[in-house]
Amino acid sequence: MNRFLLPLSIFVVVVGFLAVGLKLNPREIPSPLVGKAAPDFSQPQLYEREKVFSPADLKGKVWLLNFWASWCNGCKTEHPVLMEMARSGDVPIYGMDYKDQPDEAMAWLRQWGNPYSIIGMDDAGRVGINFGVYGVPETYVIDKQGVIRYKQIGPLNQEVLANKILPLVKELQAQ
Amino acid sequence: MNWLALILLLMPGLAWAGEARPLADDPVAEARLKHLAVELRCLVCQNQTLADSNAPLAEDLRREVREMIAKNMSDKEIIEFLVSRYGDFVLYRPPLRATTTLLWVGPFVLLTIGATALVITLRRRAHKVVEVAVSEEEHRKVEQLMAEGGKRS
Repeated sequence: MNRFLLPLSIFVVVVGFLAVGLKLNPREIPSPLVGKAAPDFSQPQLYEREKVFSPADLKGKVWLLNFWASWCNGCKTEHPVLMEMARSGDVPIYGMDYKDQPDEAMAWLRQWGNPYSIIGMDDAGRVGINFGVYGVPETYVIDKQGVIRYKQIGPLNQEVLANKILPLVKELQAQ
Repeated sequence: MNWLALILLLMPGLAWAGEARPLADDPVAEARLKHLAVELRCLVCQNQTLADSNAPLAEDLRREVREMIAKNMSDKEIIEFLVSRYGDFVLYRPPLRATTTLLWVGPFVLLTIGATALVITLRRRAHKVVEVAVSEEEHRKVEQLMAEGGKRS
């Protein structure tokens, strides 16, 4: 009996490690930018190319920055959530059209609706690199001082919205 | 129908393969990029280096690195640039930190445990062999049994 106790306990420990490992999502890489100032940018706007979209204009506001593209499947998945958030008016959503064609982006928004207050164009993907984006969609919660407070990797859903983003936004707006 | 076949036959003539262009005009810069890119992980296809990956993000990051090389930034500065945006995950050699101690020390801990277990088991086994003591009576019994066995065969 004693002879089997040691191998069995080792087995249980290994299974425990594997079980935890299986539940982790390797695609979710923790961002070092959370808690740091959002990188600055000034990008042409999608609808008015001569105008510039810059986070400096949003100081004093809590806002979401959503990286998306018309070629991105996950963006279609999360789109109803963004539309609902825009309707509720809880927090303004700003878009960054990541490595996209303007006409395709506009056609996509015509078809599915536009939840964004302003959309910036990041055709070279440089703003994306500065924000540590490695796959659209990604969404950042940015506070009144321009600090990134949360990063959502992958599509937003009701659960994340209700449990993480909205409580955080309320807390930040109250500050 | 014949002319269509003729056109189709002539088609391959129109396709021609160009030679792959060198990635940069400066071979020294390209060598530095290669040297750096094999140490960096592509974030999209996570088990490939930045040098191997064809993912659009990897292409963009190579472009960034190339530009930083052109600006004469040091390897350390370039790696710092990427780590500040993507975290230690971009490094194929994770730095020794509080969160990565298990990663670095773990194999040695396992090795020590294994070696200790091996030594203990071997010692115990040696012990067992030594400790066998045969009494006079047992000795006689064994001899008797062996003699009987010899008769039987």
